[in-house]
Amino acid sequence: MKISLMINEKEYVTHVKPEGMLIDVLRHLGFTSVKRGCDSSSCGLCTVWVDGLPILSCGYLALRALGKNITTIEGVQEEAKKFGTFLAEEGGDQCGFCNPGFIMNVIALKRQNKKFTDEEIKTYLMGNLCRCTGYASQMRAIQKYLEV
Amino acid sequence: MGNIGKKIKKIDSEAITLGKPIYTEDLAIKNTLCVKLLRSPHANAIIKSIDKSRAERTVGVEGVFTYEDVPKNRFCMAGQTYPELSPYDRLLLDKHVRYVGDPVAIVVAADEKICNRALNLIKVKYEVLEPLLDFEKSETSHIKVHSEEDGTFFKGSKDFVKYDLSKNIVGEINKVFGEDPEKTFEDSPVKIEEEYTMQEQAHSMMETYRSYSYYDHLMRLTVITSTQVPFHIKRQLSVALGIPASKIRIIKPRIGGGFGGKQTSVTEIYAAFATMKTGKPCMIKLSRKENYIASNTRHKMKVKVKIGAEEDGRINVIDLDALSDQGAYGEHGFTTLGLVGDKSLPLYNKLKSARFHGKVVYTNKVPGGAFRGYGATQGCFAVESAVNELAKKINMDPSKLRLKNITKEGETTLAYNQNILSSKLEECILKGRKLIGWEEKYPSKVLSNGNIRSVGMAITMQGSGIANIDTSTVNIKLNEEGDFSLLISATDNGAGADTVLSQMAAEILKCNIDDIITISADTDITPYDPGSYASSGVYVTGGAVVRAANKLKRNILKEASEKTGIYFGDMDLNKGMIMTNTGKEVMSLKDLAEELSSGAEGKTIMGSGSFGSDTSPPPYVAGFAELETDILTGQVKVVNYVAVVDCGTVINENLARVQVEGGVVQGIGLALYEDVVYSKEGRLLTDEFLQYKIPTRKDIGELTIDFQESYEPTGPFGAKSIGEVVINTPAPAINGALLNGIGTQFSKLPIKAEHVLKKIIGY
Ligand code: FES
Ligand code: FES
Repeated sequence: MKISLMINEKEYVTHVKPEGMLIDVLRHLGFTSVKRGCDSSSCGLCTVWVDGLPILSCGYLALRALGKNITTIEGVQEEAKKFGTFLAEEGGDQCGFCNPGFIMNVIALKRQNKKFTDEEIKTYLMGNLCRCTGYASQMRAIQKYLEV
Repeated sequence: MGNIGKKIKKIDSEAITLGKPIYTEDLAIKNTLCVKLLRSPHANAIIKSIDKSRAERTVGVEGVFTYEDVPKNRFCMAGQTYPELSPYDRLLLDKHVRYVGDPVAIVVAADEKICNRALNLIKVKYEVLEPLLDFEKSETSHIKVHSEEDGTFFKGSKDFVKYDLSKNIVGEINKVFGEDPEKTFEDSPVKIEEEYTMQEQAHSMMETYRSYSYYDHLMRLTVITSTQVPFHIKRQLSVALGIPASKIRIIKPRIGGGFGGKQTSVTEIYAAFATMKTGKPCMIKLSRKENYIASNTRHKMKVKVKIGAEEDGRINVIDLDALSDQGAYGEHGFTTLGLVGDKSLPLYNKLKSARFHGKVVYTNKVPGGAFRGYGATQGCFAVESAVNELAKKINMDPSKLRLKNITKEGETTLAYNQNILSSKLEECILKGRKLIGWEEKYPSKVLSNGNIRSVGMAITMQGSGIANIDTSTVNIKLNEEGDFSLLISATDNGAGADTVLSQMAAEILKCNIDDIITISADTDITPYDPGSYASSGVYVTGGAVVRAANKLKRNILKEASEKTGIYFGDMDLNKGMIMTNTGKEVMSLKDLAEELSSGAEGKTIMGSGSFGSDTSPPPYVAGFAELETDILTGQVKVVNYVAVVDCGTVINENLARVQVEGGVVQGIGLALYEDVVYSKEGRLLTDEFLQYKIPTRKDIGELTIDFQESYEPTGPFGAKSIGEVVINTPAPAINGALLNGIGTQFSKLPIKAEHVLKKIIGY
């Protein structure tokens, strides 16, 4: 069916099947930052925001996003750049395939504007897998980013 | 110029962190056809018949291909340089399927949904055969995974590799060094005899295997693919598809992790074949499950270790016997096996005798392939675990036992007779002891809650490129505006090779790293390089960068000399200027380049350099694990892991550090979490992140990484490699910490809570 979705504050009209997942619609519309890493909702690579809250777009029906605001990393480039600089300064960008989903979660964390312990940060981001970095450089970057 | 040793950001970091379209799938045009494979549900079967008529008639299907429709050229998917030591035992599609996941048919359709529908409509009748699943029975089994009759052949020297299909043997190695190992063992007052098995670790890179292919404007088959070995893929496609290599172009974009997995071609051939058949752009992308069941893994190995030593800890003999599980196809079998001995025995040089014997055998399982560490990891686990046993037996501190026996800088080794020109391993051990607090913590203590804190350690080495085999060529040119183009074919797999190599070029050309445009890798454009494996990037390609940049510099100065009459040896480059050695400006590079860009005397100044080495200088790591073992549940937590690394000169500290952290965490996963389970019928059951558990950020405690730089005289700026060596120590160091904590080691990985608990409560 034909629906219209608000993505990064712009309206897009597209065809979706009732069972179509948001990840596929987003990629189809050219939001290629959204990556798929699994088929079992267990890697976090496909994380985007719906109404400002992180969700896994591989397990989220596109139809559920009707009338809501969807945000991908293409829509928060300023913040991504800010955090991305910290991440790159730590060498934590590596292959980068996990980065868009991971960074969307980090920015969401930052927007909460609270103090977090390292354990809380780890718990918040536990669903974001990364096979390259061993996570330590990501943590150093997050700590610096949350401070500014 | 200060480009070396700096924390320079990766040159591709902005595009990566902003989520730009830079990976294979992002680059495919709209309406690219989807390629999917029907896969065998049986571990060993002969296809009796295939009915594809209904699948072919499905709307949107462009083609369905079975073994009857494909070229019958045997090939091999291992990305290795000539002489290839892996057998040509594959067909694009075969009548005989040899593991659960082996391709049976190729479907090409408008999209994934239609592909899936068509896959369901293909009817295959199999004659199901008994599978060979136990690698310890392979050699004597009546089941033959391959036979001469099915056309399998070995391209290299059979005598050398000892390839023998009648016994399912992919390769065999027997090397003896020094005195008679049996006798030295018998004569030694202290004897250790143990065996250790490492599982088939899965790479689990976040970007699954994928390839996108199309015909370009010259009707050449172009494949954009997530690979570590573009030039080898070009050769493989040419062999398998029976078309001239000159008609094939391979482009490597950013790749989402490889860890050695992408040194084997997993998907390229299917995309390329589909484009050949349909004439259209085609893409294949593996699902996560396919990535597990139908790509390649670390070779499972069982290694028997015999160590004979004196009461005072002097090691007289190390005798290794390894058996490696190849799975269904022979990629990287012989060469991986070799590294078990190659990279463990030379660590110790007070030996009177050493031996490495090993065999690698076929089974009906997921094929083995290259995985970071490449046999060295398996060898390190076995040897270092056994050395820890020795320390316990003679009641000696395991770090002191190492210090007593290791090969030091300037020394040679008995096994493999290496000249060690650079080593700070001794300092690495001493520094690691300090960082973990060894004096206070060794061997263990009981916490107030009853849990046990203990420490353990291990050491390791790897190589830097393959001696006498790897050769890389690099071209650099001065562009018409005074900037540079650096053409390399080292395939940055995310670790930052492009950045590190650009740093080296910038250092010699005395410019900013931003003045260099780095192009990698495209078989039409960038010069030949074997690709990124065997820890060759910094050392081998780096060596070529140094030579190319020096040549370019010389050519520039000669040109300036012609124009000005100043002797070229009296000038140097400096931040885009040509200067005299007394500090006077001669002219800018921009002016020189611009002037040369037109006219009868016009030209482009270039520099080309090649590098190969007759040695493969080892980087070293001393790894220390501090564990907390929960005595009620058997749960083991790595509280702190210390790795001190000698990789020669550290070219980029941040990137080197993350290599170590990432490798250590993969090593911890290998030791404690990454479980591989097959069903009785030979189906891999651990085929998703939910079943195959890679470490999450909650599983990892503190990581303490440090460097102890040596200077490798044969390496660029004194550098050696770092990519692989870092994965080796966690498994034996954790095993050693358990020995020091609960009094026993484990012979199989991963070490799971239930195993630990069983030992604690003693049944
Ligand atoms: S793709 Fe893995 S969680 Fe969505
Ligand atoms: S950077 Fe490669 S998976 Fe995270």
